[in-house]
Amino acid sequence: MSLGLVFAAILAVAAMAWWLGFVRARRLRAIGRLHSLPAYHGAYAALWAAIPALLLLAAWAPVQSRLVDQAVMSSPEGRALPAFEMQRESILSEAREMAHGDLEQGFNPESRTLAPRIRAEESRYAIMGGAVALLAALAAAFLALRRSAPEFRARRGVERWLMVLLFAASLIAILTTLGILLSLMFESLRFFKLYPVGSFLFGTEWSPQTAIRADQAGSSGAFGSLPLMWGTFFIGAIIAMVVAVPLGLMSAIYLTQYAHPRLRSWLKPILEILAGVPTVVYGYFAALTVAPVVRDFGLSIGVSSASSESALAAGLVMGIMIIPFISSMADDSIAAVPQAMRDGSLAMGATKSETIRKVLLPAALPGVMGGVLLAVSRAIGETMIVVMAAGLAANLTANPFASVTTVTVQIVQLLTGDQEFDSAKTLAAFALGLALFLITFLLNLIALHIVRRYREQYE
Amino acid sequence: MSSGTPSRWTDGSMHRRVRRRYAAERRFRLLGLAAVGVSVLFLAFLLYTMAAKGLGGFMQHEARLPVNFTQSDLFVDPATLRGPDARQALASADLEGVIAKAATAAYGPAAQEMFGDAAIDQLTSAIVDNPDMLNGSTTLWLTVASNVDVAAKGEGDAKAEQLVRTLEGKQALRQRFNTQFLTSSDSTDPTSVGVWGALKGSFLTIVITMVLAFPVGVLAAVYLEEFAPRNRWTDAIEVSINNLAAVPSIIFGLLGLAVFLNVMNLPRSSPLVGGLTLALMTMPVIVIAGRNAIKSVPPSIRDAALGVGASKMQVTFHHVLPLALPGILTGTIIGLARALGETAPLLMIGMRAFIAAPPGGVTDPATVLPVQIFLWSDEVDRAFVEKTSAAIIVLLLFMLLMNGLAIYLRNRFERRW
Repeated sequence: MSLGLVFAAILAVAAMAWWLGFVRARRLRAIGRLHSLPAYHGAYAALWAAIPALLLLAAWAPVQSRLVDQAVMSSPEGRALPAFEMQRESILSEAREMAHGDLEQGFNPESRTLAPRIRAEESRYAIMGGAVALLAALAAAFLALRRSAPEFRARRGVERWLMVLLFAASLIAILTTLGILLSLMFESLRFFKLYPVGSFLFGTEWSPQTAIRADQAGSSGAFGSLPLMWGTFFIGAIIAMVVAVPLGLMSAIYLTQYAHPRLRSWLKPILEILAGVPTVVYGYFAALTVAPVVRDFGLSIGVSSASSESALAAGLVMGIMIIPFISSMADDSIAAVPQAMRDGSLAMGATKSETIRKVLLPAALPGVMGGVLLAVSRAIGETMIVVMAAGLAANLTANPFASVTTVTVQIVQLLTGDQEFDSAKTLAAFALGLALFLITFLLNLIALHIVRRYREQYE
Repeated sequence: MSSGTPSRWTDGSMHRRVRRRYAAERRFRLLGLAAVGVSVLFLAFLLYTMAAKGLGGFMQHEARLPVNFTQSDLFVDPATLRGPDARQALASADLEGVIAKAATAAYGPAAQEMFGDAAIDQLTSAIVDNPDMLNGSTTLWLTVASNVDVAAKGEGDAKAEQLVRTLEGKQALRQRFNTQFLTSSDSTDPTSVGVWGALKGSFLTIVITMVLAFPVGVLAAVYLEEFAPRNRWTDAIEVSINNLAAVPSIIFGLLGLAVFLNVMNLPRSSPLVGGLTLALMTMPVIVIAGRNAIKSVPPSIRDAALGVGASKMQVTFHHVLPLALPGILTGTIIGLARALGETAPLLMIGMRAFIAAPPGGVTDPATVLPVQIFLWSDEVDRAFVEKTSAAIIVLLLFMLLMNGLAIYLRNRFERRW
């Protein structure tokens, strides 16, 4: 017997409760006028039957797996397992797979004796938890059904449950934010126990290659994040913005002020397509087509260090990717400038471009700035383009033809190798993630604040 | 402004000034057009490059190979090939040697390695289908090895091109649609790779994402827009939703790694974990789109429903939500399209492993199309370039389909009040 079966049984109880509640309420119509429709009486009983029992079941599942582990470890088969933790874990997980029927034959002989024990313990605890949950469902359904009467406010009860559901759904956003913060901070703290915070923040050397065994040479990696921060800033906030801000702003001006509506109805979707192209496609394009051109150009103007993985190639493509974003933000802020200001300027005899440059843009500037900050936050968090086109060498250089690396590239690099989870290397990725999260969070906060303040100014 | 004398509108200098200002106007306008033009040209160039490089990936060359089994050193009893173990019997036989020998006999010593693993598979299937073949000689069309295929498409090395010329001289080379590319999974041999496994992984992942993110997103949007009291708690929810929509996607990958894999011990590389991670990422997008759609439903609808005695909950679920649904769906589809193209968070939760079989369920190890593209782009073999671009074409087609659906929904069902 598995918990899945219990789940199905609870749903069946709920369906039955719905039907009973519905039928009872319909019969009550003979006695007097119902406050709630029969369907609400049914739903009331069903919700009471299902929700508490399912919550109980959800709470039980993790408890059960821990109890099963405990029981298995204290059994004679479990005590015979080797003491070395990794070996024991691998045998246990193999035995678990065998117990669930996912695996025919284990690699370790111990897992064969362990599998039936695990299966027995699991079914024992599943019957225990399942019985409690099922009893809870039946009891709740019974109590709910007993309440049905003509004047019983079943609809109010159902709506209260719905309200709880709505609130719970909106809580998930906060839980996600908390989950991100806590998980990043927890792992970062473990990293900072291994490596000092100061050297992480202000160190200029990044070479995370740690040895696997302690006696190997070069066992101490250096985790100075400054070159990564610089690379991130250089590609995302300088090169990409030099491309994206003028082009995005001019696109927005042209589309909103000059373009014929029919032309606009063609051009806007094209910009939207540009925004919808997956970043891995941009990355491939940057690495395969743009990077060689940039390198050849660098060599031709005499930069001997021009690399085939250059900051410029990644930044250029990233800038193009950001254009639609800047364009739509600028579009919104220009549209928010009151019509009276535009009319006033035109009435004074200013041409359209003079009006735009001297009236609309200054008035829309805060909104545009907010949009640019949001764009920067998006650019520095962008991963695939830089992973594929920007390279791995942590250089502190302002040479756009050289290879630089970014925070996101290093996170990917650190976490996609095969190593144990507790090494300084993998933990460093979480510290970088925390830094990235805090920086983008701050940028977003400032940007949203600017945009909101600016909107209020004209409302 | 400073001078007290009135302007003389008929003066020549005034005409020149006006002309200059109009010229500046035209320049500005052209600048704007150029800015849009850059984006359009870039997109066109991007699509052209992918099409030029990738369309070849859907085609494959095969060469004619006369095989004389009686002269080969193959010792397989045709009787064992009638049973269900035929493939096993052939797996231990030296089919590779048979092919190499036949190829050198037909096209000279340079042709010894002109067929790869895909050809062995094809020969196996051919023999299983018709075991009597082994008693005589036959002529087969077999897929050529990747270096010959690349050479036949005009980008190979000199030796392979020489071979291609020989083959073409004997009219022993032809091109056909590469159905395998759409039906098989990842492989180390570029001639037998396919996107099916990755597509299936993407599909399972997106289904999980949709099943989780859509209801939660819609309910959260309903709560925030219709029921939430104005207080600090609601503000906190709103700030975190707006912020989550702008958090870098790789951070969600880190969250998935730390919570779903390390704390909850869910299966690594599985569409389940991928879908959960992407659902957290997509949910804020749906909430924001949902709130805008709900906000645009006019208050008169709510007032009318309340007026005839509906409860607040009934107003919302019977009237407001159905009217807002097209807008919510549009936002959802756009959010899901973004999730479909997402790569970085899935790399974090281990979906970059080499997986040669399509996933059977949501807990099996799988990869998704964008990650597959990333993996192939890392391969050194030249033949992977066109496979990568071909996979990109498939991905872009799906994106186009989803975005087209969103635009259709918006135009067809969205009402403006």
